[in-house]
Amino acid sequence: MSGFISSSIARKVSMALSAFFLMFFLLQHFAINLTSVFSADVFNEISHFMGTNPAVQFALQPVLIFGVVFHFVMGFILEIKNKKATTVKYAVDNGAANSTWASRNMIYSGLAILAFIVLHFVDFWFPEINTKFIQGDWSGMHDGELRYFHELQHKFANPARVIAYVVAFFFLALHLLHGFNSAFQSVGANNKYTKGLKTFGKLYAILIPLGFVCIAIFHHLNH
Amino acid sequence: MDLTLKIWRQKNSEDKGQLVDYKVTDISEHMSFLEMMDVLNEQIIEKGEEPIAFDHDCREGICGMCSMYINGEAHGPDRGITTCQLHMRSFKDGDTIHIEPFRAAAFPVIKDLVVDRTSFDRIQQSGAYISVNTSGNTQDANAIPIAKAAADEAMDAATCIGCGACVATCKNSSAMLFVGAKVSQYALLPQGQVEAADRVLNMVKQMDEEGFGNCTNTGACEVECPKGISLENIARMNREFLKASL
Repeated sequence: MSGFISSSIARKVSMALSAFFLMFFLLQHFAINLTSVFSADVFNEISHFMGTNPAVQFALQPVLIFGVVFHFVMGFILEIKNKKATTVKYAVDNGAANSTWASRNMIYSGLAILAFIVLHFVDFWFPEINTKFIQGDWSGMHDGELRYFHELQHKFANPARVIAYVVAFFFLALHLLHGFNSAFQSVGANNKYTKGLKTFGKLYAILIPLGFVCIAIFHHLNH
Repeated sequence: MDLTLKIWRQKNSEDKGQLVDYKVTDISEHMSFLEMMDVLNEQIIEKGEEPIAFDHDCREGICGMCSMYINGEAHGPDRGITTCQLHMRSFKDGDTIHIEPFRAAAFPVIKDLVVDRTSFDRIQQSGAYISVNTSGNTQDANAIPIAKAAADEAMDAATCIGCGACVATCKNSSAMLFVGAKVSQYALLPQGQVEAADRVLNMVKQMDEEGFGNCTNTGACEVECPKGISLENIARMNREFLKASL
């Protein structure tokens, strides 16, 4: 078993499994954000549930944090190992002739996403932890109403933050353009459904980040 | 045609090496790339200098010996061929051509364009075979029924000539297309399925020990492979490895 864990294929598979989990999380995050466009009340109710439900806070949230940290740490480990395997660079290397930019630069799109997650933690997660776990306020209320929708609009009032969102989700789209189908290949799923899955993966990689960007711009224009 | 060649020269495995410029003139478009290299070497020998060392053997695309990285691509710009099958008509008069050895930590340069690919041999020795009882009671292979689809896929995988273009072109120097093909050609056939679990575990272990990188599914190996080995073979190896491990 120890040989399995340290093998190159186990590392690939673990990256893929954490990617599946993160892609599912991204989808549900998008679905919740989307409700903010149509109904402030629905968004407030769902946000309050997600922010105060014990199962979400004490079971799913730690799993999510582990998934994010694991994906990044394993990504860096793989990058270091791959650098060791390629000691001398070619003077001329025509990578564009046989592969996409996104597939060759996952580490850079990943670093851009990491920078965004740091911003997102400072913006959203740390204040939430402060409110709930340090100040002990689990009511979710501010000035007599649920605070989540108001906070969301307030965040997107700043154009610099909206621009940062657009840039970050551009890199997320690039990361997903390769990562979605790469994850399936890593777990050994390459069969008659792969062609259709590739099309679906491209749509997912473009539409979900685009959706997040549109929501941010919508709230910037309507705050 | 007249060409400028920038060719990697390296005296031995310890030497740092560098690109050296050469000029060749009156090269026929009908020459193979290796014949052009022969012409250049004759010029170099006539000057009393050391000719450029490069690997070659059958010169008909089946032995897997030639191994040049030409203008940033393994076996040059054309698809589905080895360097010996590349012809000068793929280039234009006045072109500058970069010629480098296959690069990977597991493929150290021996001299000039010659690299040590014995790491592939050691991977093969770790499991790419079937144990056959040769006591006289060996079953005739043709007497074992095999589905046409499985036979075709196994034959496709078996066309891998082990040239190393997959490793050379991979940004991670991963050998998974090669190992995937070797695992697949046996895993698809009843003769190979008896030892399938041990084979994939031992071959992947040897591959990792040789210092090849991890596959990140860029697909560059599949594009540059002279025999068109498909990424499906890597997926199959992953499945075989998981099945054998869990």
